Amino acid sequence: MPTVELLFSAQPEHVRTARLVAAAVARRAGVDEAALDEVRLAVGEACSRAVGLHRNNGVEDPVRVRLTEEEKKFSIEVADEVPGNASGGSPDGGEDEAADDEGEMGLAVISGLVDDLEVIEGENGGIIRMSWPTPGL
Amino acid sequence: MDLSLSTRTVGDRTIVEVGGEIDVYTAPKLREQLVELVNDGSYHLVVDMEGVDFLDSTGLGVLVGGLKRVRAHEGSLRLVCNQERILKIFRITGLTKVFPIHTSVDEAVAATD
Repeated sequence: MPTVELLFSAQPEHVRTARLVAAAVARRAGVDEAALDEVRLAVGEACSRAVGLHRNNGVEDPVRVRLTEEEKKFSIEVADEVPGNASGGSPDGGEDEAADDEGEMGLAVISGLVDDLEVIEGENGGIIRMSWPTPGL
Repeated sequence: MDLSLSTRTVGDRTIVEVGGEIDVYTAPKLREQLVELVNDGSYHLVVDMEGVDFLDSTGLGVLVGGLKRVRAHEGSLRLVCNQERILKIFRITGLTKVFPIHTSVDEAVAATD
């Protein structure tokens, strides 16, 4: 069960809130102070990408962020509700290529920042899963 | 923390002082500012990022877009930044090779290459 779960409507103004919440929970979980900037940036990138996917595909469901304290790590999942690998182009002809490029640049930043990263594209949407080590309980 | 923008000119350079957070929500304001400057004929821009607390890939995209616009007019776009956490984002994306990054506005204004 996640320590904190956050659902927000796919609006750019809420991404900042997600960043602040994730950083606060990560700090409490014991993530190294020096890594909190990375957490903030990585969560922001993942949420911006999800917001872009929802908006470009007309998905009205919220974006979901799960923050979980585990025994020796702190993990974050950002889930979108856009089926398949939507980053490959929008189904209506890819008119919003710029937005897709931004999503890809976001992923590039995340992979540069996060050592433990998994990107899952499923039938019901995508999940970006990342974690940072913590000292343990 | 929202985005703050102010501009001033020094010789043929236009300094854009940016403060606050540049993210998916605020980046469009920076984009508008850069587009407006280029449309008004300012082709040599110095973006002072010393007051920036947060920058993400949307912000990087806007800066790259600005660079593309000024280059179309044989202009330049220089950055001023000393903050390690912001510089890191330019490094991991390889954009340190694309933007001249200076330690002060004076240095950026004096640069000619």
